[in-house]
Amino acid sequence: MSAAVLQLQGVHTHIGAYHILHGVDLEVPAGQVTMLLGRNGAGKSTTLRTIMGLWAASKGSVHFKGRPIGGPGGQLGTPDIAQLGIAYVPEAMGIFTDLTVQENMVLAARQARRAAELDTTRLEWIFGLFPALKKFWLYPAGKLSGGQKQMLAVARAIVEPRELLLIDEPSKGLAPSIINNLIDAFRQLKAQSTTILLVEQNFQMAKALGDRVAVMDNGRVVHAGAMAQLAEDESLQHRLLGLSLGAHQ
Amino acid sequence: MSTEAQRAERRAAPKPARVPSGDRPGYSPAEGLQVPKAEFDWKPIALLGAVLLAAWPLIGSSSTWVTLSVAGLAMGLIIFIIASGLTLIFGLMDVLNFGHGVFIALGAFVATSVMGGMADWSASESLWRNLVAVFAAMLVAMAAAGALGLAFERVIVRPVYGLHLKQILITMGGMIVGEELIKVIWGPQQIALPLPTALRGSFVIGDASIEKYRVLAVAIGLGVFALLLFALNRTKVGLLIRAGVQDREMVESLGYRIRRLFVGVFVAGSALAGLGGVMWGLYQQSVTPQIGAQVNVLIFIVIIIGGLGSTFGCFVGALLVGLMANYTGYLAPKVALFSNIGLMVAILLWRPQGLYPVTNR
Repeated sequence: MSAAVLQLQGVHTHIGAYHILHGVDLEVPAGQVTMLLGRNGAGKSTTLRTIMGLWAASKGSVHFKGRPIGGPGGQLGTPDIAQLGIAYVPEAMGIFTDLTVQENMVLAARQARRAAELDTTRLEWIFGLFPALKKFWLYPAGKLSGGQKQMLAVARAIVEPRELLLIDEPSKGLAPSIINNLIDAFRQLKAQSTTILLVEQNFQMAKALGDRVAVMDNGRVVHAGAMAQLAEDESLQHRLLGLSLGAHQ
Repeated sequence: MSTEAQRAERRAAPKPARVPSGDRPGYSPAEGLQVPKAEFDWKPIALLGAVLLAAWPLIGSSSTWVTLSVAGLAMGLIIFIIASGLTLIFGLMDVLNFGHGVFIALGAFVATSVMGGMADWSASESLWRNLVAVFAAMLVAMAAAGALGLAFERVIVRPVYGLHLKQILITMGGMIVGEELIKVIWGPQQIALPLPTALRGSFVIGDASIEKYRVLAVAIGLGVFALLLFALNRTKVGLLIRAGVQDREMVESLGYRIRRLFVGVFVAGSALAGLGGVMWGLYQQSVTPQIGAQVNVLIFIVIIIGGLGSTFGCFVGALLVGLMANYTGYLAPKVALFSNIGLMVAILLWRPQGLYPVTNR
């Protein structure tokens, strides 16, 4: 197994009076797609937000390439974490709706001061993955459909090469054909040795994409292993994912 | 029915957002596609036009109407200069700065000192020498207000991020302290801030007389508005500010330090308030330490009318407030005190989020 790019050890997160994460242990190996599965409220999104520094870990530690980025004593701010090469696509997508698609992309590209400075080769590649973005390039992002917004959210995360992508439920509410586009995009990213941590409820997508899998419940990781193993073992699926599996297939 | 359908059709017709041609890396939407339109909401502008037109028959005399309209626009643009910073400060960091008035007062008092020191320049018959005196006063006032803004943000605002009630209390307190400090330096009494010689008097066009200074105020106000629009729409910092007003968490997740951006906006907003203070003082031709508290109410009305965080809304709201104040002051002086509150109530009944609501807020 390749070395872990991202390591969470015993991470606890409190949001106000609520104790959400109860000691999450998670390793995300380099250059692979790790799926984070689990029922609603298991703590998947909170885990991503904690990695990103949007919630501070109250106990435990988060390491990125061996360097502490989260946890008491070593908590970095969100902008610093992002600058280390981590891109985040939140569940709510975080599209700047009053800005055009182009302006959204220019903001995501830290190197570019204006559209003319975007890397055109990479942009062409992104347009190949998500043609709608080219079509609506100069339109306010708020006018895009839900699926197109999701594409823009992912496109923003990959407009410049990043080492680690944290993506929260990209398939939510999307048509199957668009989900296939996304799977295709993530596969191409993986081929460029981008590491991906993907929160997903759609087990078909998880199966198609995942190398590794971690299943969360009640603010802990209750299973971690190869995706292929979980995909084959129906009793394990049933035990870990229970009803949520049936509901999301 | 048919007009409604036509309107809907027009709304659906494609029209891309404006982008400088130099910025296009060669991608344009394919022809003939059903694409969503980047529609501009004209209704608030139409309201502004309606107020202008409705006042005309009410006032009766065209020349008086022109005079009042120019006065209203000048006042509105000065208020816009002051309020534009405040709306961005709120939009970007959810900070309610009730102390904004102190920058106005400081700007105005600094102007009295600078213009007093340059008395021979402002008393000169030459327009150029007068303008040099005015612009020098403006620059020094902006620098002073900006510097005070930097200190104000660090000492007073930073400890109360996210705590609205405390923000209101401590920024108001900060303004009172600032007001008292101004009294210590300049004294508690009203100070005259006379217009430079060449800016006094009026242009007479037909029957209408238009005060020269008001024309200058309109020009400066429009200049600031254009500059702000350029900065917000055509620069990356401007993009970051607009994005931050919508979703600051996401801006941070993209790797930008929004706190630093906010300090910049706070300082720029304070400097603009200082500039507005100079212009307000010259408009009134006198300055009192309470000037900040007086204008504070107006600018809050303006940013609420405009939609919190919206620069364009602030612009339209400020013009509405300026025009209403002048028209009602002429038509029904007793109602004038109530006119701005009445305007705010009417607009909030129509659009509870303000004229140009900022999405996600």
